[in-house]
Amino acid sequence: MTRLTYREAVRGALRQILASDPRAFLLGEDVGKYGGAYAVSKGLLAELGPAKVRDTPLCESTFVGAGIGAAIGGARPIVEVMTVNFSLLALDQIVNNAATLRHMSGGQVAVPLVVRMATGAGRQLAAQHSHSLENWYAHVPGVKVVAPATPQDARDLLLAAYADPNPVFVFEHVLSYPLEGEVDETSGAAPLGRAIVRRAGTQLTIVAWGGSLPKALAAAEALAAEGVDAAVIDLRTLRPLDLEAIGASVRATRRLLVVDEGWKTGSLAGEIVAQVVETVFFDLDAPPARVCSREVPIPYAAHLEAAALPSVERIVAAGRGVVRG
Amino acid sequence: MSPAREHAVELLRQMVLVRRFEEKCAELYGLGKIRGFLHLYVGEEAVAAGVLAALGPDDNVLATYREHGQALLRGVPPGAVMAEMFGRANGCSRGRGGSMHLFDVERRFHGGHAIVGGGLPVAVGLALADTHLGRAGVTACFFGDGATAEGEFHESLNLAALWRLPVLFVCENNLYAMGTALERHQAVPDLAAKPPTYGIPTERVDGMDVLAVEDAARRAVERMRATPGPAFLEVRTYRFRAHSMYDAELYRDKAEVKRWAEERDPIRLLDDDLRRRGWLDADARAALERGVEQLVRDAVAEAEAGPLEPVEDLERDVLA
Amino acid sequence: MPSLGADMEAGTLVAWRKRPGERVTRGEIVAELDTDKGVIEVESFHDGVIETLLVAEGERVPVGTPLARIQAPGAPPPPGAPPPPGAAAPSVAGAPSVAGAPSPAAAPSAAAAPSAAAAPRSSPAARRLARELGVDLGAVRGTGPGGVITHDDVAAVRRDGAPGATPPAPARVPPAAPPPGASPTPGERMRRAIAAAMERSSREVPHYHVSLTIDARAATELVARENESRPIERRLVVGALLLRAVAAALRRFPEMNARWEDGRVVPAAEVHLGVAIALRDGGLLVPAIEHADRLGLDATMEALADLTRRARSGELRSGDLSRGTLTVTSLGERGVDAVAGLVYPPQVALVGFGRVAPRPWVDEAGGLCVRPVLTITLAADHRASDGHRGGLFLTEIARGLKQPETIR
Repeated sequence: MTRLTYREAVRGALRQILASDPRAFLLGEDVGKYGGAYAVSKGLLAELGPAKVRDTPLCESTFVGAGIGAAIGGARPIVEVMTVNFSLLALDQIVNNAATLRHMSGGQVAVPLVVRMATGAGRQLAAQHSHSLENWYAHVPGVKVVAPATPQDARDLLLAAYADPNPVFVFEHVLSYPLEGEVDETSGAAPLGRAIVRRAGTQLTIVAWGGSLPKALAAAEALAAEGVDAAVIDLRTLRPLDLEAIGASVRATRRLLVVDEGWKTGSLAGEIVAQVVETVFFDLDAPPARVCSREVPIPYAAHLEAAALPSVERIVAAGRGVVRG
Repeated sequence: MSPAREHAVELLRQMVLVRRFEEKCAELYGLGKIRGFLHLYVGEEAVAAGVLAALGPDDNVLATYREHGQALLRGVPPGAVMAEMFGRANGCSRGRGGSMHLFDVERRFHGGHAIVGGGLPVAVGLALADTHLGRAGVTACFFGDGATAEGEFHESLNLAALWRLPVLFVCENNLYAMGTALERHQAVPDLAAKPPTYGIPTERVDGMDVLAVEDAARRAVERMRATPGPAFLEVRTYRFRAHSMYDAELYRDKAEVKRWAEERDPIRLLDDDLRRRGWLDADARAALERGVEQLVRDAVAEAEAGPLEPVEDLERDVLA
Repeated sequence: MPSLGADMEAGTLVAWRKRPGERVTRGEIVAELDTDKGVIEVESFHDGVIETLLVAEGERVPVGTPLARIQAPGAPPPPGAPPPPGAAAPSVAGAPSVAGAPSPAAAPSAAAAPSAAAAPRSSPAARRLARELGVDLGAVRGTGPGGVITHDDVAAVRRDGAPGATPPAPARVPPAAPPPGASPTPGERMRRAIAAAMERSSREVPHYHVSLTIDARAATELVARENESRPIERRLVVGALLLRAVAAALRRFPEMNARWEDGRVVPAAEVHLGVAIALRDGGLLVPAIEHADRLGLDATMEALADLTRRARSGELRSGDLSRGTLTVTSLGERGVDAVAGLVYPPQVALVGFGRVAPRPWVDEAGGLCVRPVLTITLAADHRASDGHRGGLFLTEIARGLKQPETIR
């Protein structure tokens, strides 16, 4: 085990993939000379060369589309879209090509593509650089979506995404990159589609992922001090949803709270709640609750931004409300 | 028969095949056998026939939603194409794509793409894979004049040129982006003027002259194989039929269409040429026609006989 | 799906004996059910023609689910329905009815809904648990947000009579459903059903027990005398006479032949004696001898023999298990002296007989002698009766046994 930041763990997995698979290469804006906007790929260009680490022009739609085409052509590209905010320029390629080509070709076309992108708010970057739109991607059949929350998962889920024969979208929260943790650098791919219980508890199930996981865990600690015993489930994969894990926990605790940095309307949290209600309604002791971002473009000013995003306090309050009313 | 003569007759046969096949499609559309959007290539056959003649089996082809011609001439069996339009399981996309999404990966026919401009980045990626994996293939990417207004057109030209990727950009300039005339959608209607700004060798060619198209495509492909990097063909052509089946053609004069069809039909032009040269007599021409008609009849029969995909298999091929 | 006992929640339709278009007469067997207590035959309570089978073979459905539609004789077929093949021409008008649906008069209500009117808000999990345990949510105090009854509130009632909860009203439907995912053996299911019923009894019923030990010489002598002249297959057992004694006594003690429902005693219109029958491979069934008060000793003997045989061969019918109004249990054959049992809710009394064994006895003259002696024990629901009445009831049973000619 080595103590690594989330950023270093992603870099380690990238290095391992790029160095070991001749088909693999990394492409994206400023992934090479600059070292990655979040310094994830720092040093890899020098280490692995320009065929392996390719700086692209600013053309999200085309470099994502080129990733799709390269994957179809037998290469194994890993595309870094600097942030989810810019990925909107590539939505056509993602939704109309990556997700459809296999089906639309009657199963002939394979798109083994990995697209990584930073997501989330919390750094006072204002509305255009603070989106959490994982749910948009998780809405679409034909792709998989993961959101690693820990340094170990940052490594293991990227390896899993790379090993998967489908287009997989990896969301890395901007606040996660400096997180430190013990990482087994010899580990293999984590299974996709499996959530994990990060904290056991008997009275409340808190579901979170990515950048919301640390908040959920802190909230669970605070709730414990109040006598509320909350479990925390790290979803890890947003599509397909691990409803089994969520359901098992909710059957035990009979209460559900979902933390989602996306806006509540049309959120993934809403989907999770709906699926829980559909499947384990008769195990519920209280209406499920959601802590999401407030319905506002995320503002710049620190106090406004903080008020707009899910916070430990809001999660604690919501958890208390679910359990105690 | 000299190779040149044989080849010219074969190009004629190919264009006639596409023409007759699509005329049958229009008929079957009226009968309700084919549904969805149906975009016919009638008038533009020389573009596909000429360009594909310049490609080899290791090259990639990527086309638009008006791609019956490219599919058929790339070798996708006519029965599989017709069955696809019938929505049958023996269609070349198992009935999941229809007219706009014909695929045959084995023949490196990477599909009809129905988002204008959306195919260009994928073609760049196919060329990127070939380059990265050290393969020699080139990728022919067909698109219309309408696509040149899309951002992805410019992004793709830039990226392909920047990374020296072997993409043959084939702009099928039929003078209308659906119903919007070229002059009404381009500030600079000279499309061949654009690629050179990205440093891409560009040639404009008469798209009604299949031999000229083929010559231009061969020159471009040879250059690409010799010197890595893309090439661009602006192929001036014209669509004789409506944009799709449900189009009143309010945007162009009937006289204009008539003039093109009477004076510039690529099949008639090649017919005349072959006759002048004495390369194809009336009997042989009639035999060619009969052979094509038989192929089309067989294709329809194969489509008619094709099974429907069981609904239980609805969700197959969404993920691997 | 008939409710064959207060502890039955669902059953599996094993086989249909009748097909659409076939004529059925009242009492005729129409289907076989697999229940927690074994395979049971379902009889039709109506004459008519089977119009539609509503539940397929192999299907498990909750109690109360219509199993089939029977067209009453003479009633026109519903619009669109094909004429039943082979059906006789209708002659008498009547309404369609449904086989197997519990008759309100015959069986205790099996409605699963908690008393609706004043029901407090409860969570889905609490509602399901209450349904499973037969807990009336109206009697549970909620500790959730806003007084909502939670799963744990209901579980507490079950576990320990619930500190913080008011005593529960009697349950309507005790548990029988296995936990999801489990696939219990028939033996396990029967064990669970017994467990549920007895758990409920122990939890809900404030029992009192009274006993009486009698000289049973008159009873044993009568049986011995009768058997001298009978062929083996018609011989009597003392147990039949004990049943006669209970049935006869019940005429005078309607509060013992009753059920506790909605906070009051509801006397039963008929006397159907539940007879506890131990199965050879474990388990216990309590089929009922119907109208036991109207049967003579011979008929009681016949009924007892028939029930015992059918219980042990799995041929009990739907009505057999659901109708008991008081249960009699006798463990004399197992050598026990006395049986202080638990009542079988919603019944309010159970009479237990020990063995008839020779013991020292003080006769009417005060002399010591040896007599066949029997201890009779009444277990009764103190909500429905008191020890005073219980004692009188026992005395009445004893009177019959001491003067057996009066009850035969």
